[in-house]
Amino acid sequence: MITRRQGALAAVAAACMMVLGAGAQAQEFVPALVFDMGGKFDKSFNEAAYSGAQKFKKDSGVDYREFEVTNETQREQALRNMARRGATVVVAIGFAHATPLQVVAKEFPNVKFTIIDGVVDLPNVQSVLFKEQEGSYLVGMLAALTSKTGKVGFVGGMDIPLIRAFACGYRQGVVAVNPKAEVFENMTGTTPAAWNDPTKGGELARSQFDRGADIVYAAAGATGLGVLQAAKDLGKLSIGVDSNQNHLHPGSVLTSMVKGVDVAVYNAFKDAKAGTWKGGIQNLGLAEKAVGWALDDNNRKLVSAENEKKVNDAMADIVSGKVKVVDYRAGNSCPAK
Amino acid sequence: MTARSAPSPSTGEGRGGNNVPPAIELRGIDKRFGPVHANRAISLSVPAGTIHGVVGENGAGKSTLMSILYGYYQADAGEIWIKGRRRDIRSTADAIAAGIGMVHQHFMLVDTFTVLENVVLGVEGGPLLRRGMERARAELERLEREYKLEVDIDAVVGDLAVGLRQRIEILKALYRGAEVLILDEPTGVLTPAEADHLFRILRALKAEGKTAILITHKLREVMAVTDNVTVMRRGQVVATVRTAETSPAALAEHMVGRKVLLSVQRTPAKPGREVLRVEGLQVIDGAGIARVRDVGFAVRAGEIVGVAGVAGNGQSELIEAIAGMRAVAAGRIVLNGQEVATRATHLTPRALRDRKLAHIPEDRQRMGLVVPFAAHDSAILGQQGKPAFNIGPLLNQRGIIDSCQHQMDRYDVRPDDPHLKSANFSGGNQQKIVLAREIETDPDLLLVGQPTRGVDIGAIEFIHRRLIELRDAGKAILLVSVELDEILGLADRILVMNEGRIVGELAAEEADEQKLGLLMAGVARAA
Amino acid sequence: MARSSDDVPAWVDLALLPLVNLLAAFAIAAVVIAILGENPFKALWVLFYGALGYGEAIGFTLYYATNFIFTGLAVAVAFHAGLFNIGGEGQAYLGGLGCGLVGLALGGWPPAIVLPLAVLAAMLFGAAWAFIPGYLQAKRGSHIVITTIMFNFIAAALMTYLLVNVFIKPGQQSPESREFDPSSWMPFVHEVAARVGITIARSPLNMSVVVALVASVGVWVFLWRTRWGYALRVVGHNETAAVYGGIAPVRVVIGAMALSGALAGLVGVNAIMGDQHRLILNFTGGYGFVGIAVALMGRNHPVGICLAALLFGALYQGGAELSFDLPRLTKEVVVVIQGLIILFCGAFEGLFRPRLLALFRRAPAPAPAKA
Repeated sequence: MITRRQGALAAVAAACMMVLGAGAQAQEFVPALVFDMGGKFDKSFNEAAYSGAQKFKKDSGVDYREFEVTNETQREQALRNMARRGATVVVAIGFAHATPLQVVAKEFPNVKFTIIDGVVDLPNVQSVLFKEQEGSYLVGMLAALTSKTGKVGFVGGMDIPLIRAFACGYRQGVVAVNPKAEVFENMTGTTPAAWNDPTKGGELARSQFDRGADIVYAAAGATGLGVLQAAKDLGKLSIGVDSNQNHLHPGSVLTSMVKGVDVAVYNAFKDAKAGTWKGGIQNLGLAEKAVGWALDDNNRKLVSAENEKKVNDAMADIVSGKVKVVDYRAGNSCPAK
Repeated sequence: MTARSAPSPSTGEGRGGNNVPPAIELRGIDKRFGPVHANRAISLSVPAGTIHGVVGENGAGKSTLMSILYGYYQADAGEIWIKGRRRDIRSTADAIAAGIGMVHQHFMLVDTFTVLENVVLGVEGGPLLRRGMERARAELERLEREYKLEVDIDAVVGDLAVGLRQRIEILKALYRGAEVLILDEPTGVLTPAEADHLFRILRALKAEGKTAILITHKLREVMAVTDNVTVMRRGQVVATVRTAETSPAALAEHMVGRKVLLSVQRTPAKPGREVLRVEGLQVIDGAGIARVRDVGFAVRAGEIVGVAGVAGNGQSELIEAIAGMRAVAAGRIVLNGQEVATRATHLTPRALRDRKLAHIPEDRQRMGLVVPFAAHDSAILGQQGKPAFNIGPLLNQRGIIDSCQHQMDRYDVRPDDPHLKSANFSGGNQQKIVLAREIETDPDLLLVGQPTRGVDIGAIEFIHRRLIELRDAGKAILLVSVELDEILGLADRILVMNEGRIVGELAAEEADEQKLGLLMAGVARAA
Repeated sequence: MARSSDDVPAWVDLALLPLVNLLAAFAIAAVVIAILGENPFKALWVLFYGALGYGEAIGFTLYYATNFIFTGLAVAVAFHAGLFNIGGEGQAYLGGLGCGLVGLALGGWPPAIVLPLAVLAAMLFGAAWAFIPGYLQAKRGSHIVITTIMFNFIAAALMTYLLVNVFIKPGQQSPESREFDPSSWMPFVHEVAARVGITIARSPLNMSVVVALVASVGVWVFLWRTRWGYALRVVGHNETAAVYGGIAPVRVVIGAMALSGALAGLVGVNAIMGDQHRLILNFTGGYGFVGIAVALMGRNHPVGICLAALLFGALYQGGAELSFDLPRLTKEVVVVIQGLIILFCGAFEGLFRPRLLALFRRAPAPAPAKA
């Protein structure tokens, strides 16, 4: 299939690239970013990574390479291409990169890799995990404290353990405030399209509002925009996710569960540039301020001082270890039903 | 090749006689499709106020010529003169503007619209329907009265019989101001009564000074209704004659280029044992309507039993039920003394083939062939499982092509190329492919539906001769045809069907067109 | 072949016309690229070089092409039976599940046993998934387009359920099964080549490509050289003629769908046994849908499908390189370029056809006597 001539050609090409790559490596610091499927403008997870990288570019003046994965086979290819073409640090967004990174990181021991939401146990890999359950616990508490009907909702994106962890933390927070509260939980779908279906998100939210819920938490990427819109249209409340979405519908978004993907990307680039980048697993939660809840001018009026205090107290308890929030992923089960 | 064997009387008459220019005059029309020279330097003149027949075998170039006149194609060379003026016809819109209307073989109507809506379609006269419609209604009522079209303008087209739909097409053309009406094989789908009505309408049009061009291959109709007739063969005009001065045999000879026997010679039948028996047969179609009601008859070896009837009176369903393609609702069918179909169960077409039944279907395009397939592939339809055509799991390509070649040679299929697409053969040659395939299985019973529909005169003769030969060889043949000539010419016994029932049985000697016609119309019942 | 005109040289219809269409697509794509501020010639060069310029690229191109051959053949087989199977995505998904189960269950068994079983399981699962819509179409008249697309969703739901709840490694973030034992991997082409002393670049290209070529030949033999294929084509072209010819359309429809599904299921072998070596979500990545375009462009003939699959494989691989090297050409732009090619070679196929054919027909050929 591949003739000797083509083989020779490939060798020449590879050699050229190595020269180029080596040259680049010697001269400059090249950060690189590989997005997950869904793309960098998904208004959520990937976009948070994008804004972190953009911030780094602005602050440091160093440009970065990026690639948006469109199928499973490309993951390994993209990581290898980045490393081969002279990237100093490669940040991979999403747990699905864990397996291909396992292979590529071994091939390029001198390149630094950071993976968000996944774990690869190699010296040149930094694995960044978030305790989404902790932040979700807080917004769950706030939802239960604010709800007048005792019924709250949750709209997830694709039905995967990560989103179940969001839901489970949320439930624990709700139940901690009101053991009799009802939580309606819906997942948008089983394909990646579930991250980008605002129409369906809106429908799911409406059906939960119809059943008596007055607050719905959206952990569904761009699908969540439909949830937020539905809440606004019906005069109900919603909770945003990943980035601070309070400003999207001021007065209607109760709060946002903020997940610091942007910070993680920014730090990986910054540390690598400064030489302080370290491998290993980082499990970031409330204590590290990597997750949290957003309070600003847009939702100030929706949160009473009393509720704010209760949530902040709980935050302190979690940080101190007094309250333990169960991670669904630890045992594939949730204590709060 | 006979070049214009007859003088062109119409041209002389049109120009010289009373100084009225001909309604249509074509001069030196030439058209090629790749290697096919469809029209060669055709000149033709149609005097105003006449009915002009254009006859010829399939592929003679009649349709191409008319399509050029109506603006579907443009000629490579030649001129079109209308009422003494030269016109450039580049589209159907040009043709309509020049006063030419066309009634197609396949109607161009919207089934869910009313007659009025269909007629107005495309000439609504402004963005608001209402006013145009009112104007149209008045005009249509006038036309309808004047030409005795007998069409209800507010009826929904989908509910109307075929003959009526055709009249809507005529109405459409007239409404658009047609002075010249081209009718493409207009009687192919009509009952004899409907065809007569059509001819009355054409005569009424003629009386009003309109001109009609009738494209057909039915010589009887040409003789009955036209004033002049042009015969085409292989893209050329071979004769233009006055109808009164010619005969069907002379026309047929022009069409084919040699003498043709219009009726087959045959000896009296010598019926043998009973091959097919049908008792109390009832067939119900998908819509729940009984198509065949309480039909019973027998066919014996060595005879041809003809089933006459106006199309759509249950003949197709009868033959398909016998062929195993339709379930039987009541009664039974016995083949070679073995019961093959009852209400409870019936053998599949495949099993019936194994029991020596062959079937030449009435619609070769829809059933008898697979039109996009190569001829050799169509030539094994129904016999794809035959051992001679298979080697283990694979088809015996060599054997299939050889067998097809052999059949083509024996049945005079032209061109005799097994690799040619089935669609590229003329109707007659397609029919010969089917005929060869079915006859070569050496059947005991041969079911034959409309064997010569859309088939050239030359091929008709061939097919009829073959059927008689088979009869004489001791085969039982059940022949369904809407062509009375064919039934009368071939059948030894004639059954007449009307509304799903057999309303009469006549021996060949005692049958004639009039008796059959009355039975077919359901007016009379034979004893 | 399906529509080759009888009166022009075959090479015009089969080679020149697709080439003209391809060039037209590239011309429009060049305009789009120029508007976005990139040099179109550079972009097309990157696309070409990225797809075929060096060993690894060729490997990736062929890996994608393998998937497209399977799904293209699947669409074509159904199409010849008059069916529009747009469920290749779901059937491929289930095929992956089938061979994945073999990989998980028979870890450590000799490859000579595991691999044939995996191929068989992929075909069986894919066939079963297409059998149901086929059965519903044949017996109940449920439209195959509706049912197959619905079954894509059901397949996605089933896989998500199984991976999230059953096959997931405990305590693992990612919904994927454990890796199969290496003995059950479909060998990579570069490994096989290395064993016989040829060095070629590392890529996901695996021996499934051989399966794809065998399948292509098999489909051709089946459709055009067996009585079952004959029956299938008769049903597809003319169901009435099939009934007349003693062929039972019900059986043919169900059989054709099962075969179509089996071919689509083989994507699972390439992606799961050949590349990922574990069960994951979304490994089908739209191959099932692209298969429709591949079949359309390949005129539903295995030779055409292999060529079209190669083109789409090149577009997939070259397109990735394009957005890698020229960041302004995002993945959406790559999709636009791919779409233009589908548009010109598939939907607009008739655009240049009449003119081009007329050009070659004009050449005066001696008219063969037509009787």
